[in-house]
Amino acid sequence: MKNCEYQQIDLRALRTSTTRTSTNKNSQRVRRKWEVFPGKNRFCCDGRIMLARQCGVLPLTIVLIFITSGLFFRFDCPFLVHQLTVFIPVIGGVLFLFVVITLLQTSFTDPGILPRALPDEAADIEKQIDNSGSSTYRPPPRTKEILINNQVVKLKYCSTCKMFRPPRTSHCSLCDNCVAIDWHQMTWKVAHKSNERFDHHCPWVGNCVGKRNYRFFYAFIVSLSFLTSFIFGCVITHLTLRSQSVNGIIQAIKESPASVVEVVICFFSIWSILGLSGFHTYLVASNLTTNEDIKGSWSSKRGEESGNPYTYNNIFTNCCVVLCGPMQPSLIDRRGFLPPDDTPPIVTSDTELPHFMAKNDTNMCTQSTKELLESVAHSAMIQSTCTPGTPKTTPVTQESLLSTVSITVSPSSKSPPTGCSGRQARRPIDVPCSQRGSKQAALLTHKTMLRVSSPPYSLGHSPIILSDAPNMGFIPLN
Amino acid sequence: YTHSLQDLRQAAVASKVFVQRDYTSGTICKFQTKFPAELESRIDKQQFEETIQTLNNLYAEAEKLGGRSYLEGCLACLTAYTIFLCMETHYEKVLKKIAKYIQEQNEKIYAPLGLLLTDPIERGLRVVEITIFEDRSIGSR
Repeated sequence: MKNCEYQQIDLRALRTSTTRTSTNKNSQRVRRKWEVFPGKNRFCCDGRIMLARQCGVLPLTIVLIFITSGLFFRFDCPFLVHQLTVFIPVIGGVLFLFVVITLLQTSFTDPGILPRALPDEAADIEKQIDNSGSSTYRPPPRTKEILINNQVVKLKYCSTCKMFRPPRTSHCSLCDNCVAIDWHQMTWKVAHKSNERFDHHCPWVGNCVGKRNYRFFYAFIVSLSFLTSFIFGCVITHLTLRSQSVNGIIQAIKESPASVVEVVICFFSIWSILGLSGFHTYLVASNLTTNEDIKGSWSSKRGEESGNPYTYNNIFTNCCVVLCGPMQPSLIDRRGFLPPDDTPPIVTSDTELPHFMAKNDTNMCTQSTKELLESVAHSAMIQSTCTPGTPKTTPVTQESLLSTVSITVSPSSKSPPTGCSGRQARRPIDVPCSQRGSKQAALLTHKTMLRVSSPPYSLGHSPIILSDAPNMGFIPLN
Repeated sequence: YTHSLQDLRQAAVASKVFVQRDYTSGTICKFQTKFPAELESRIDKQQFEETIQTLNNLYAEAEKLGGRSYLEGCLACLTAYTIFLCMETHYEKVLKKIAKYIQEQNEKIYAPLGLLLTDPIERGLRVVEITIFEDRSIGSR
């Protein structure tokens, strides 16, 4: 992300200092923008890493992956290397790395959050709304009608972010941000007439899945499918070969009990994960053909969709585009500096206040770890009450698979509650899950450290943001 | 008598104009070229339209799925997107170009007329914010 500096310079400072790059020794602590970010996000490592407030069951996901892979490498690989080939742990290792990296990227990447409108902009929009609704009847929810490719589309006004939500943007109630979502996510939402409070928040990765991190999410579930299938296959092979050599499956299991654990985990995971991967692949590819279910906002004609160049006759190509297309940089400048509230030190982005920042930083990190543990404990207790809207357009087999999972898993009481609720909750993320989110939100205490009572945006100043040349600095005086 | 950027430091803000996004061609990043009424007394319609059009072209270049960006994407995918940690994406490179263009326009054209363009990226690519400064030194224009 480009280096962006907020510089607020007033006349007094201009008279005293000549260069913009001088640092003020006795400055009050200068804050970065992430510290006053109005959404419900958590930031670690001085704004480099961002997480949603509801981390969901991300720790559980990580633990499951590590345990299964760990057991695999420790107990199955030696036998298989001896019997078959050394490539088995190599392939397993590559897949494992891929899975972990893409998972972390999904969780820590900005999904495409739109920054909220600044006061001036919000005021301008309000003025426009008032002007247009002066003599005619104004419909109660504020909407603006625009033409997209000669199709009338209604944009809704987001009262939290104080702006008209651009097309293909939805407001995540868990993170309290407007997030840009990808085109096929939108198609799914419209096709199934999900309501406005529809969340793209995925508890398994602990973040919203939006336009920017959809590719990481997709890569994650696809590589996880490969990993679980691979481990499952290898473990079955292992047990089979071993039982041949010791003449009995029971003996083989006794010799390698870890394998059974792996088989159980993989068996249950495979249904959900393969189902999820298949579902998302379908989503990506489904915009190839006319879909009569899509009414209202978007035309069913292919390619009409918002200047979308990503329409090909090929599922493979479409998937490639999702994974390899251009990626928009983050629109929220997390690590930029805020102008200080009152008479100003001039600070550039080169200024480091290490001891102070580090202290804050560790506080944030430990705080967030504590909250992570809290949220896992709470989410384990909350049974997901998501009822998936029966996806009319997905293949029937997948739907029955998912319902089979829920039926078989729910009665079992011996497995830990996290595992149980986890399996049940493992649905395609595009299913409305707002009940779950609101329950979690009620339970978690809201830490006030990341919020300021009066964000600087509400002050009268609107500093000019400069990108590089410092010699352009000036301030409009109100 | 024209202003320079330095003079604008002491000017007061008269108002701000917001040029909204143009969605008629889809959700690609494009701004309306309609000339706002408040700027009529300050700047040429032609000049303004040219600036916005150039910006639109630059954003189109950023979002284009061409051979090069596709290659970059494939490479990124194969490395589990870790190259994003060290490499700048094509989009980011174009954004830098845009920032430079805006700065240049401000220096050469807008500041002398008492106007200032704000880079849309600072506003979440929602609007092009144009700040109009009060014109105290010039009587009537």
